[in-house]
Amino acid sequence: MSADDVRRAVTRIAHEIVERNHGLDGLVLVGLQTGGVPLAGRLARELQRIEGTDRIIPTGTLDATFYRDDIGLRPLVPEAVTDIPGSLDGRTVVLVDDVLFTGRTVRAALNALNDYGRPRAVQLAVMVDRGHRELPIRPDYVGKNLPTKRAEMVDVSDDGVAIGDVVPK
Amino acid sequence: MKHLLSVNDLGADGIEEVLRLTDSFVEVSARSIPKVPALRGKTIVWLFYEDSTRTRLSFETAAKRLSADTMNFSVSTSSVKKGESLRDTVETIEAMGIDALVVRHASAGVPWQISQWVDAAVVNAGDGWHEHPTQALLDCYTIRQRRQSLHGLRIAIVGDVKHSRVARSDVLAFTALGAEVTLVAPPTLLPPSLEGWPVDVTSDLDAVLPKADVVYLLRMQKERQHESLLPSLREYTALWGLTRDRARLLADDAIVMHPGPMNRGVEIAAEVADLPNAVITQQVANGVAVRMAVLYLLLGSGAELVA
Repeated sequence: MSADDVRRAVTRIAHEIVERNHGLDGLVLVGLQTGGVPLAGRLARELQRIEGTDRIIPTGTLDATFYRDDIGLRPLVPEAVTDIPGSLDGRTVVLVDDVLFTGRTVRAALNALNDYGRPRAVQLAVMVDRGHRELPIRPDYVGKNLPTKRAEMVDVSDDGVAIGDVVPK
Repeated sequence: MKHLLSVNDLGADGIEEVLRLTDSFVEVSARSIPKVPALRGKTIVWLFYEDSTRTRLSFETAAKRLSADTMNFSVSTSSVKKGESLRDTVETIEAMGIDALVVRHASAGVPWQISQWVDAAVVNAGDGWHEHPTQALLDCYTIRQRRQSLHGLRIAIVGDVKHSRVARSDVLAFTALGAEVTLVAPPTLLPPSLEGWPVDVTSDLDAVLPKADVVYLLRMQKERQHESLLPSLREYTALWGLTRDRARLLADDAIVMHPGPMNRGVEIAAEVADLPNAVITQQVANGVAVRMAVLYLLLGSGAELVA
């Protein structure tokens, strides 16, 4: 995916979000650390633009490290402090991440969200779905389905999406 | 890093890492449900051979907020009363399958000795006059909340340095982060030798206060006056207590700290402890988050800290 492809995907996902939720009422975007955070910011600006509103869309960040199921199996330290804007009770939360892979990060994030309230619904938006799921989790909004090998790395940035080989340890 | 026995186990980078992680646990502690499942299934034992209120409760709160299981060991109701040795006690507890021991003991070096005997992680919660590393970490964190960094700050540690494990750990941590530390005490309450301590020493508190960024008051242990180290507590207060008059010498943004428990009216005047400059309750609040960070780093993260 080129930078333009990513931009178009952000625009399409934003349209899908307002269509599915009949507007922006009660919507909260939550970007997963670290890759989902810039993407959540871009989506928030795009949602504002296409709805023609000055209203700021509540956008938070979430680091689900303490909820992971592989604590103790590998070094795991949070990248950043979680920042959730207010209570999530009754809101519709759109979790945003750059790459959906095994689904374990999303599983941890769903548990973490519970500790901030009881959302009315939680939806999942990702730029790339690369397959290899290990849990019954599927995204509601996808930038691109990208078949990959398990060992490959997928990198999403403002410049686009790149697949690279993992450097053997 | 497997154990936390001394501030020196961490070094400057390790301290920074703990403080950075503490930010995340401050956020956890501020939630309506201040609990994460990070240490589910881990068991932590409190091995306290010496009295403690705040340190033990602080560790206990930290462990519970991480979803760890905790077991309490109280010397007065244990087999120690029947003459069981420290080593046998520790090995018996470890045989039950535990992950960490948090140790407080009246003798310096006991946590280190225990770490030689067991596979579990050992945290020093105060050993004799030696060290109290988690106190130093929470002190660094508290200072950083008010000032962005400790680098170049002038910190005065006032009082009974000789018998204070807090002072030792604080000197190591503050200087590792680049602060300039001055010890202020009567000569009888200073260690016999300060060789190798990267600090200045004076007995003149009034001269130090106007340029101090932080004044750290140590608890005046009342039993000390029976050891002929001081003429009287009143004389101590007159010369080294942070009285109301003396507090006026402080810069407006100076920070007043105390590890607790306070003797109001001895090392600190009652009303001074309640000034906006005093961060004594913040120290206690931050203690929980700092201890969460320490327990998580030792038991959960698997991260290799720089020694």
